[in-house]
Amino acid sequence: MNKLEMSSLYQLTMVRFKLILREPEAIFWIFIFPILLAVGLGIAFRNRPADVLQVGATTPQLKQALAADKGLTAATMDEAAGTHALATGGILLLAIQRPDGVAYKYDDTNPDARTARLLADRAIQTAAGRRDAVQTDNQLVHEPGARYIDFVVPGLLGMNLMGSAIWGIGFSIVEARQKKLLKRLVASPMRRWQFLAAYLISRLAMLVLEVAVFLGFARLMFGVPFRGSMWQLALLCVLASLAFSALGLLVSSRAKTMEAASGLMNLVMLPMWILSGVFFSASRFPAAIQPVVRALPLTAAIDLLRGNMLQGMNMGQMIAPIAILLAWVAVPFAVSVRIFRWR
Amino acid sequence: MLAPGSGAQGDGPALLLRGIRKAYAEVKAVDGLDLEVARGECFGLLGPNGAGKTTTIEICEGLTAPDDGTVEVLGLNWRAGADELRQRIGIQLQETQFPDKLTVEETLRLFRSFFKRGIPVEESVQTAQLEEKRGSRVGGLSGGQKQRLAMATALVGDPELLFLDEPTTGLDPQARRHVWELVDGLKETGRTIILTTHYMEEAERLCDRVAIMDHGRVIALGTPQQLIATLGGEDIVEFAVGASSDSQVRESGPGAPAIPRPENPDLGHPVVDAELLRAISGVQSLHMDEGLHRLSVTELHVAVPRIFAALRGQGLHLSEFRTHSATLEDVFVKLTGRNLRDE
Repeated sequence: MNKLEMSSLYQLTMVRFKLILREPEAIFWIFIFPILLAVGLGIAFRNRPADVLQVGATTPQLKQALAADKGLTAATMDEAAGTHALATGGILLLAIQRPDGVAYKYDDTNPDARTARLLADRAIQTAAGRRDAVQTDNQLVHEPGARYIDFVVPGLLGMNLMGSAIWGIGFSIVEARQKKLLKRLVASPMRRWQFLAAYLISRLAMLVLEVAVFLGFARLMFGVPFRGSMWQLALLCVLASLAFSALGLLVSSRAKTMEAASGLMNLVMLPMWILSGVFFSASRFPAAIQPVVRALPLTAAIDLLRGNMLQGMNMGQMIAPIAILLAWVAVPFAVSVRIFRWR
Repeated sequence: MLAPGSGAQGDGPALLLRGIRKAYAEVKAVDGLDLEVARGECFGLLGPNGAGKTTTIEICEGLTAPDDGTVEVLGLNWRAGADELRQRIGIQLQETQFPDKLTVEETLRLFRSFFKRGIPVEESVQTAQLEEKRGSRVGGLSGGQKQRLAMATALVGDPELLFLDEPTTGLDPQARRHVWELVDGLKETGRTIILTTHYMEEAERLCDRVAIMDHGRVIALGTPQQLIATLGGEDIVEFAVGASSDSQVRESGPGAPAIPRPENPDLGHPVVDAELLRAISGVQSLHMDEGLHRLSVTELHVAVPRIFAALRGQGLHLSEFRTHSATLEDVFVKLTGRNLRDE
């Protein structure tokens, strides 16, 4: 063995790599799954027809008036059938002819239904002879960076960084503890910090691969923009991955069985999948829980990734989420080193 | 192979335990243990499951801290000399599972990298006779091969002192003999070996000296020959008796009439006059256990006809009779009244 091969840090790190690469499921979850998700979402949102909204009308006259608007498709139905269609999502709005005018039946908490209400009213008023008081003109924007896929790619990236760090580190540490391998290692002269460092090094190296594959795909397939500095984006990915690695270490620092570890991991990750704004903006949650939402590492990570990629912000403009992530690196790491169970 | 520990080897004992106690909750696992193992010795800790062997060996290995008492290994203690000790001892634990997806060679290279000095990986592969399996994944090895791999990981650092915790438990007889040959080879290189086992024949075959443990204490200490000699005879005669009349030999056949006869009311076995047996020249000791009489005997060929005669004289019929050379098992039975593997 040469000098490098004699280094225990090198050996521990290489063992991590080999064990990751020899686990086909891990390759799927780390590399293939986020791409499949992006493809699915990209197809779902790219091919959506330009917002034609389904509405219903109780008379043929009303139907004709509504159909005149390009943004609506209308069908004639009686009030009972229309109410049923509303409840099952078949239509967004039902226009009902009344002796003294027209009534609109719709759900005002649904943005699409509110849009349908505006379009339907405009179509019916126009058919009845209303004329616009002011001449208006539309300039349409279809540039990359404002689409849903642009919004969701940084979210998926953040989610992937979290999953691969927590699963990748958590499961293998708990497995080693369950199989008494940890005990055997500390019975040897191995330096304990090197064991943990090997996890971090291999995690960061895998990170380069998984981020490059995923973002490269998003760029080629959807033309997702990169408006911020690339090296800052890389740094942000490293920071996020370190925070999630520290969390993975904390989750696995005591658990003795895979079942216990699995439960803990879900407990930690589930709230973030829901609250951290992967698929829609986290600011939609009520103000009362915003402090909690903002303090989650995944929220901070996704805010940073979106800030960099979509808004071209530099790190100096995003001090708050960076500070939150740094805290998520330091605190779980310090705690888990103290409470880590080696046997 | 280099003579181990050519450098810093002192003259004191390899291992010195004084007044060791360790309790888990209410159970006293080790209850006041003193031991001294000389350098170059192959020493066996022998006893049934739960006797405290593993706790004792893990205290020696610095994996478990005793509640009380002093531990000195190679003249060092674990508090001050842990780093040096880890470099100088080799450890094989019970039930370590090495990662299934690493190869034999990769596993050994990893462990070799932890030691400052030691033997080449290739040499440890040869010593463990795993040449044909060097490129195979650990998951594909047989139980015996895994156990030899575990021993090889203990040997890569060329230890002065080797701890083997139940090295053959769970192996088939052939794999067990294979491990024994390996240990024989290690003894020839002058290492100190401390092993635990609950197989008496293993201790007899491998160990220069053994300590028999029961309930956390050493109940006998010496060479296997010395311990066997405490029985007083080289051979053991075991027999059971039935009733005198040939027609009434079977005690509990269906429909067998309850016939009054000389009987021990508790055990339901005919009584043998112990004094008559003890009087036979060559009979050293007598022990009775659930109808089975166990005699320690010298000059088997003279004693056996006299035993037959004595039983016939009492009108008793032999239902079982066998002899074997005395073993450590018989020592354990004599000391505790229990068989080793009853638990």
